[in-house]
Amino acid sequence: MAETFLELKDIHKSFGGVQALKGVDLTIRCGEIHCLAGENGSGKSTLIKVISGAHEPTKGEIYIEGERILHLNPIIAIEHGIQVIYQDFAIFPNLTVAENIAMNRAVSTGAKLMNWKGARELALEAMEQIGAKMDPDVLVENLSVANRQMVAICRTIINDAKLLILDEPTAALTSKEVQKLYAILRRLRDKGIAVMIVNHKLDEVFEIAERLTILRNGEKISTGMIDEYDRNRFVKELTGRNISESFYEPKASEEEIFRAENIGRKGAFEEVSFSLKRGDVFGITGLLDSGRGQIGDALFGINPIQSGKIFLHGKQIEINSTEDAVRHKIAYVPEDRLTQGLFLDRSIQDNTIAASISKYFIRGKLDEQAMYQATVEWIKRIGCVAPSPEASVRTLSGGNAQKIVIAKWLNTDPALLILNGPTVGVDIGAKYDIHQILRRLAGEGIGVIVISDDLPELIQNCNHILVMKNGRVSEIVEPSEVNETELATMMSSQ
Amino acid sequence: MNQKIRNFLTSNEMIVVYIIAGLAILIGSVNHAFNSISTVVNLARTMLVTLIFAMCEMLVIVSGGIDVSFPAIASLAMIATGNIMLKNGLDNVPLAFLMGAVIGGVLGTLNAVLIAVVKMPPLIATLGVSSMTSGATLAIFGAKILTVLPAKLDELYKVSLFTYTNPEGITYSLTVLFLIPIGICLLMWFLLKYTMFGRGIYATGGDIRAARIAGFNVTAIQFFVYIMSGILSGIAGITYMILMRAADPSVLMGSEMMVIAAVVMGGTRITGGHGTVLGTILGVTLISLIKNNLIMLGVPTHFQTFVIGLIMIVGTSITSLKAKHIANSAKI
Repeated sequence: MAETFLELKDIHKSFGGVQALKGVDLTIRCGEIHCLAGENGSGKSTLIKVISGAHEPTKGEIYIEGERILHLNPIIAIEHGIQVIYQDFAIFPNLTVAENIAMNRAVSTGAKLMNWKGARELALEAMEQIGAKMDPDVLVENLSVANRQMVAICRTIINDAKLLILDEPTAALTSKEVQKLYAILRRLRDKGIAVMIVNHKLDEVFEIAERLTILRNGEKISTGMIDEYDRNRFVKELTGRNISESFYEPKASEEEIFRAENIGRKGAFEEVSFSLKRGDVFGITGLLDSGRGQIGDALFGINPIQSGKIFLHGKQIEINSTEDAVRHKIAYVPEDRLTQGLFLDRSIQDNTIAASISKYFIRGKLDEQAMYQATVEWIKRIGCVAPSPEASVRTLSGGNAQKIVIAKWLNTDPALLILNGPTVGVDIGAKYDIHQILRRLAGEGIGVIVISDDLPELIQNCNHILVMKNGRVSEIVEPSEVNETELATMMSSQ
Repeated sequence: MNQKIRNFLTSNEMIVVYIIAGLAILIGSVNHAFNSISTVVNLARTMLVTLIFAMCEMLVIVSGGIDVSFPAIASLAMIATGNIMLKNGLDNVPLAFLMGAVIGGVLGTLNAVLIAVVKMPPLIATLGVSSMTSGATLAIFGAKILTVLPAKLDELYKVSLFTYTNPEGITYSLTVLFLIPIGICLLMWFLLKYTMFGRGIYATGGDIRAARIAGFNVTAIQFFVYIMSGILSGIAGITYMILMRAADPSVLMGSEMMVIAAVVMGGTRITGGHGTVLGTILGVTLISLIKNNLIMLGVPTHFQTFVIGLIMIVGTSITSLKAKHIANSAKI
């Protein structure tokens, strides 16, 4: 049994009257990869802040390497080798790789002068240790997200990290980059560094974690070796409910809702044809640069198609702008909902009626009552957890915000709903809810197109999946015919 | 290595160098009078005060802020110092600069408090301080131009680094005051490049939250930047007074946009975090060259303002397009 690095006993933390942590125990051993899983609001972030010394617990005991630490603060935590890499990495885009890596140590040692040569050597040494290769003189703004993460990891290493905590490290990485990151984390583990990953993506947890702790509503639900868990136990403990993984098999219908014939847009995709029948949830997938996202943008008129024809309910339509799309009752949930789909500082009500406001504009004024009613109705129908229609969208979790984007478009009575990455950054529970909503909508006769690279999501919720490769249709398959691996091969094979 | 050379040749500094060289060749080939040492001496004289202003503006912009109060601060520093010295019969060069620096430092502190403590947006804070300062200058000292300066200040003007007499017998001399911006540039270069505090200024401009996490005292950095800007503005005011042999409360007003343009043209990004001393010197050189020598091309005066604006837009759009290109290009 490996030596224990960090032990938390019965940690409580409350903010005002809200109990964020209600008696959490956590043990992290040297040289292990420990995964902390929990949905939004489960207390994960609070727990990390307690460990990094940013929050002092209201009650509870903290032991680092067997020694009781009474008042942990960020400086003491760093002195004990606790390093946290947040999602934004807290690095400087305007400075070089070398400077970013060396900066924190130089500040903490109280250096007065900048030692460029030393910084460069330190950076090379750190990169050597984790097996990363980057030009130390390049500005970080030129780096990919994955390499920025490498910079952040290098920085923690030269600060003599003994416990490295990564907050959702894979959120913005491609699957190849995730593998590289995992290789590095395993390497660090072999050097005896404890690694704690915050994650709730099921497959990744099973791939990398050796031990797992699940939090829910500020309580520790369970902790144990990863092989004690199977997918069902994991999902059940994470969400607190039984979520069955059922496949979507709608009644076959001949009524065509939408058809695309040889549509194309220069530099994005070409000769794409598919058709959508009543009840279908139509999936489109492919690698990031395969053109999958551009199809959504094109059908909604953001970057319209330049060739080919599209038909809605058997009638040919022209979509040259988003106004055209809205007029033809096409709705689009974009990939980046925070910047493209929501007015973050406006209320839930304002967001819900944003795309259908003309409906409420009667005789020169807005029908406040009807708008309020509609919002309350939608909050209920889509199962959004919100204090009131007046709350600003910024206060909602990712899953609930996504539900509001969907509600906004549903309120326009769309004929065709296109969703691009509908559950990115959404909890398992909320994800399940969104999938149920999509199935229901398809059943009601709305055409639903889901663009996603979340393969299990597509396989479970779509009844046709179009695979894009290099801007062209590679194949259209039925989910019952393929598994994830086969689908992934179709996307990436040459 | 090849990539490094290419990066160097397409760096912001080099682009400004190309524009300066192109413009110089153009003016020189149209008007041979341009190819003379007198051009350099005149250029240095024009650049002198602008360069000091540009250094403080660059410092502030790199830290992620902006300062539009320096012309007002410089004006107050020169008028107040001039008046106080004359009224009290004081006549001492270091004292004049000290008074200018103290006046500038006090107003810079006011800027710093508003921005770092009250958390006002830097543009609004410095705009307010600028308006208050120039109002106070006119209210207290009046709009009168001081044309007689204390003797020792006036003598300094006549000290030259070197003099040059052209074949027609006209003498050009480069004033010793030119050492002031040179000294400030060297100091600033060392500060920004080789001290941890200077790197902290870049860090703050790059990502203020990350700078705080890294352990920088961001508030101290902001205080330093605005106070330094104030002090340098005060010194610039005194320098300008000696250079012009007069103290005019309104002559510097309105120069802020030109200075900001020069700074941005030299590769400093208005969003903070990027900027170099060398680039700023080049930006100021280019603007001064246009201001001084465009007339040699036969460009009418009104048209000159137009051309300055045009070159500013072209020059700064190169910087912006490059930033955009970096943001959109494939990452490594």
